[in-house]
Amino acid sequence: MPKQASISRSSDEKIFDAVIYTIATLIIVIVLYPLIFVVSASFSDPAKVLSGEVWLLPKNITFEAYTNILHNGKIWTGYTNTIIYTVVGTVVNIVMTVLAAYPLSRPDLPGRKVLMVLITLTMFFGGGLIPSYLLVKNLGLLDTMWALIIPGAIATYNLIVMRTYFQTSIPWELQEAAHIDGCSNWRLLLNIILPLSKPILAVMVLFYAVGHWNSYFNSLIYIRNEAKYPLQLVLREILLISQSDAVDANVGLENKVLLAESIKYAVIMISSLPILIMYPFVQRHFVKGVMIGSIKG
Amino acid sequence: MKSAQVRANAAPSRNIPGRRGRVWKQMAKRLDLYVMLLLPVAWYLIFHYGPMYGLQIAFKNFNPAKGIIGSSWVGFDHFVRFFESFYFWRLLWNTLSINLFSLLIAFPISILLALIVNEIRSKTFSKVLQNITFIPHFISVVVIVGILNVFLSPTTGPINSFIEALGGSPIRFLEEAGWFKTIFIGSNIWQNMGWQSIIYIAALSGVNPQLYEAAKMDGASRLRRVWHISLPGIVPVIVIMLILDIGHFMDIGFEKILLMQNNLNIESSDVISTFVYTTGILKGEYSYTAAIGLFNSVINLILLLLVNRFARKVSETSLW
Repeated sequence: MPKQASISRSSDEKIFDAVIYTIATLIIVIVLYPLIFVVSASFSDPAKVLSGEVWLLPKNITFEAYTNILHNGKIWTGYTNTIIYTVVGTVVNIVMTVLAAYPLSRPDLPGRKVLMVLITLTMFFGGGLIPSYLLVKNLGLLDTMWALIIPGAIATYNLIVMRTYFQTSIPWELQEAAHIDGCSNWRLLLNIILPLSKPILAVMVLFYAVGHWNSYFNSLIYIRNEAKYPLQLVLREILLISQSDAVDANVGLENKVLLAESIKYAVIMISSLPILIMYPFVQRHFVKGVMIGSIKG
Repeated sequence: MKSAQVRANAAPSRNIPGRRGRVWKQMAKRLDLYVMLLLPVAWYLIFHYGPMYGLQIAFKNFNPAKGIIGSSWVGFDHFVRFFESFYFWRLLWNTLSINLFSLLIAFPISILLALIVNEIRSKTFSKVLQNITFIPHFISVVVIVGILNVFLSPTTGPINSFIEALGGSPIRFLEEAGWFKTIFIGSNIWQNMGWQSIIYIAALSGVNPQLYEAAKMDGASRLRRVWHISLPGIVPVIVIMLILDIGHFMDIGFEKILLMQNNLNIESSDVISTFVYTTGILKGEYSYTAAIGLFNSVINLILLLLVNRFARKVSETSLW
């Protein structure tokens, strides 16, 4: 009797495993297919792409689209701007987040609870788009890089994650000992806390940097001058706005349309490249960041 | 602690008796911590509480020349105008339905994915599955919508090539109101299911393995073990994530909707936040759209409070 049960159980298990693995494989295919298609199309002869012949692997491999992008000044301006905004923005983010997270992590700081409530509140209620826009406008930040950096200087969620890390991963006794040795809070932060917080700092740099790299909406409302456009706004023009032009184009412009279409795939590749290249290296850190955030409970 | 005493003795003691005096002393001793907080607190006041103060223009006729304070009060006029407008119900329905469908479909899918990852026995395969499903999360919205455009293109996209190969006629996915919500939610799932599953995967790894062993001894099938052990084990995390999601119920995905919107699908892509952008920022009707934004935030806050309260009653898990 027990033998029979174990047999039926194991065949049960096998079916279950088969179902699980099939679904998992299906998910992988669904996630990867659009990405592979874009990569293949970017290396293919535009005519083959337009006729719908490219569906998985590149056809008539060519680098024409990429060489075309090299000559597009707008893309390079956008690229340079985005790099500047990302670097400056991330530095500001990290400094501000640390300055807020460390004191608030100290259990011996009177008033920290009130401050935390006031800060957490902003995650759930705010003035909204229009008052924020008017504020930035009144501060004279419109059309400057600072409009993209200062209003988003701290992400409250990241602040909470960092504070949780300071509280849970750095022994309080260590800080007390440093105090006994007459260490000031600034020196404590710079010489002891931050060196011990490299993992969370890495996570924060990544979160903030990816955020800056990928953001378009703030520049859409705050930046008018095309010379200051970040990459994502240039992309928006090439990928989404020029499309209607392409549809209206007459036969004589067919070559131009072809090119405009093929450039899209290459542009997607070029703009996502930095993130895709660093992805394998930093993937573990991202996951860690989410985990730390989840501990707060 | 010792140093604190030493320093306190060294300083000319004012000798204020009672708790208040002690708090003042504690604060004075940690002055440098407050100095650190100076910039962040000022920033929160200006960039979070400043706009809240600016929200009063929702009840005024804001005139840039007169400023926020100088503009005249109009009470609830802007709200009444919004409620009586012909697009009110369309905006409200689109906002609510897109978010509700997302919650009903996308939210459970990330839980399902986590359960699947947890059931895969091969460590390598489960890592591969996780790492691949994370990738789309890091692609920008602009690129995502760009990919949607080329991928679903009626002339060159592989999906329509496939439909044509099967003998169908191409569908203009991005220009039909009827398809908008499906594509918006579908691509959101594609982009975010992996990322959102991380937290559940972490929670699942914390479930006591002895529970599975015991259930196995009792002859429970794998499916039953998932249903009776794995799922209940992560309910607290699910509840917290649900509440957090509801906290952004009314503004989720707004940047992407704005990019996907066109004159042909506006019927189902017009939501409150995109309307605030086009009418407020582009056409300059600041007071009117500030009022609409406030309406949006208030509904969101009410939803959050209700869900939090409900969760506390039903599952004893809540944000506060």
